[in-house]
Amino acid sequence: MADTAPIAAAPLTTADGRPLAEALVAAQARSRRRAFLLVVPLLLFMILSFILPIGQMLHRSIYHDGFSSNAPGVSAWFAANPQGTEPDEAAFAALVEDLRTMQANRTAGEAGTRINYVLPESRSLFTKAAREAKDLQPPYREALLALDPKWGDPVLWEAMRASASPYTFDFYIVATDFERAGDGSIVRVTENRQIYVYLFIKTFLLSGLITLICLVIGFPVAHLLATLPMAKANLLMILVLLPFWTSLLVRTTSWMALLQGEGVINDLLVWIGAISQEGRLRMINNQTGTIIVMTHILLPFMILPLYSVMRVIPPSYARAARSLGATSWTTFRRIYLPQTLPGIGAGALLVFILAVGYYITPALVGGADGQLISNLIDFHMDKSNWSLAAALSAMLLVGVLVLYWLYDRLIGIDNLKLG
Amino acid sequence: MALPTYATPLERLWYYAFRVICVLIFIFLIAPVLVVIPLSFNAEPYFTFTPKMLALDPEGYSLRWYDALLTLGMPAPDGVRDSAWWAQAWETSTWIRAAKNSIIIGFWSTILATVLGTLAALGLSRPEMPYRRLIMAILISPMIVPIIIIATGLFFFYSNPCAPLAIVGIEAQCGRLTSTYLGVILAHATLGIPFVIITVTATLSGFDQSLTRAAASLGANPRVTFFKVILPLILPGVISGALFAFVTSFDEVVAVLFIAGPEQQTIPRQMWNGIREAISPAILAVATILVIISILLLATVELLRRRSERLRGVSPH
Repeated sequence: MADTAPIAAAPLTTADGRPLAEALVAAQARSRRRAFLLVVPLLLFMILSFILPIGQMLHRSIYHDGFSSNAPGVSAWFAANPQGTEPDEAAFAALVEDLRTMQANRTAGEAGTRINYVLPESRSLFTKAAREAKDLQPPYREALLALDPKWGDPVLWEAMRASASPYTFDFYIVATDFERAGDGSIVRVTENRQIYVYLFIKTFLLSGLITLICLVIGFPVAHLLATLPMAKANLLMILVLLPFWTSLLVRTTSWMALLQGEGVINDLLVWIGAISQEGRLRMINNQTGTIIVMTHILLPFMILPLYSVMRVIPPSYARAARSLGATSWTTFRRIYLPQTLPGIGAGALLVFILAVGYYITPALVGGADGQLISNLIDFHMDKSNWSLAAALSAMLLVGVLVLYWLYDRLIGIDNLKLG
Repeated sequence: MALPTYATPLERLWYYAFRVICVLIFIFLIAPVLVVIPLSFNAEPYFTFTPKMLALDPEGYSLRWYDALLTLGMPAPDGVRDSAWWAQAWETSTWIRAAKNSIIIGFWSTILATVLGTLAALGLSRPEMPYRRLIMAILISPMIVPIIIIATGLFFFYSNPCAPLAIVGIEAQCGRLTSTYLGVILAHATLGIPFVIITVTATLSGFDQSLTRAAASLGANPRVTFFKVILPLILPGVISGALFAFVTSFDEVVAVLFIAGPEQQTIPRQMWNGIREAISPAILAVATILVIISILLLATVELLRRRSERLRGVSPH
């Protein structure tokens, strides 16, 4: 000990004479860089194959140049005249000139599609006017109005003004069941056209219901597995893991075989006399089908986190409660249930997140009323309403990411386990 | 969970009722997976058990739907089943082609996801990793983000992969990735990565870091340390992750619907057609084959998990 005292007084150095603190910082920075370098290839891959494509798609939800690029004349007039200006002869002349160019480039449909988002049934207005444009004579206002009186509609002009810039929030306005009125204000669409918000609410409600059913039927199973001896539990665990590993389409197919009108369950019910031949239950191609099949598919995602939490709950707490006079119900409610909360939170959040974005099962067994928001996005993609599909996707994505963030906060992504 | 001796009669009743409820839930879980197996041997074109099947009459059962799988899409399905016939089936049968596509796409996307994912997991499991939480969240997100959003994003991106260069002012048009094998493989690798990350980081969390320091102190460079020390120990976890990635690709249909062309039809894509359009019990025959494959995969993963726990000295639970 006597030897070390004078060394401690001088600054500590490494063997090659550098101050120790400095060398340590350099070494730590080096090892941080090394760790990061291992992740870089995958991070680059993910940016290219995942983040960039999604970002580009989301960009479509605020960008559409179908009208602005094909109608430069009218767009310039809108830029020169403030909102609320009555369209004058100059505006109509610019419009006719644009329509003539559109006819030559065959882009009237493109421009009309953009207007169509804000004002349904106006696409044909553009294609028709473009066909006639070369024969129109001044005054253009009267000429266009003679072609179709809708050309004088202030709502149409407001829609064109909104479309004159490629950047727009119109798709979000449509996707939240609003529309532009003639005076430029934004109003709710009539009740029978309010579909998007309704479907979002329905998606979240159905997902909540499915999560609840999964919790109610997953809880007893997880509890049983957690309290059985290891060898038995492992054996029964296979019954949970096998559906988890089985193809989603296989499970959906077999549910179709089970649930359909002439299917196994209905046959069985008729055979035991629970229902009559005519009274066969409709359990598929409707909301019931979506709920049953999605519950089955998502159930393992509930059971596995519950199980891993329940496994480590010491049984002595419950025994202590009983010995102190608690009834079995009180023991469950006051002692056991609170200890399973982390598992309930993890399972419920995971099932809910996965359910909100579900596509395949509703598409195959959902019928007309069992469709979710993903199916509507697909519908608009199919109809080439790309910007609207992108806006709906963005809203769904924000919802899912908020839930994901919550999951990370409460449970931590590190604790996500598979099997 | 034996019944305690002080249980009241009501508790005894509940104890048995609870068991019955659990059995019913297990039936709910497993019946849909198993029911396709007997149904696929139906001699009639029905999705339910015929009276003959219930009577266990051999006439009620047949292999016709498995045969239909082979012959669908063949220009000349009739004839003697000689080697020429089988060669023709190998080349032209719709389902065999779908199986080949599924295996090719599954194989390459698994390789890609496993190599990149394992490397990243090694970095992520080091305590000095910067921004660990954020990066982990990004890498797991393909599992969380709704598949329809990923598929639409890829659909636009693949139609012109150079379009994002417009941000830096370059207007470029380069080759399409839609309707190519490469496009589908890249998409499936992305979807498989979270599973590799989760399983490999879980394996590494029980990994004794002093082993790498021991290897280094004995003169091994990082490459040798990885191949001789780390990899053999985490291999079970890596293989499990790879199997997860493969299953993800093997079961994926939405991305294929959006970005694949007629050349890249996979088994799930073909099943999707079969379910949506002309539904025939041939679908059940495919389903049966897939169930058997998943039983084998599950058995493999379970064996690997136990081996991994033994290797790392972690007792099971």
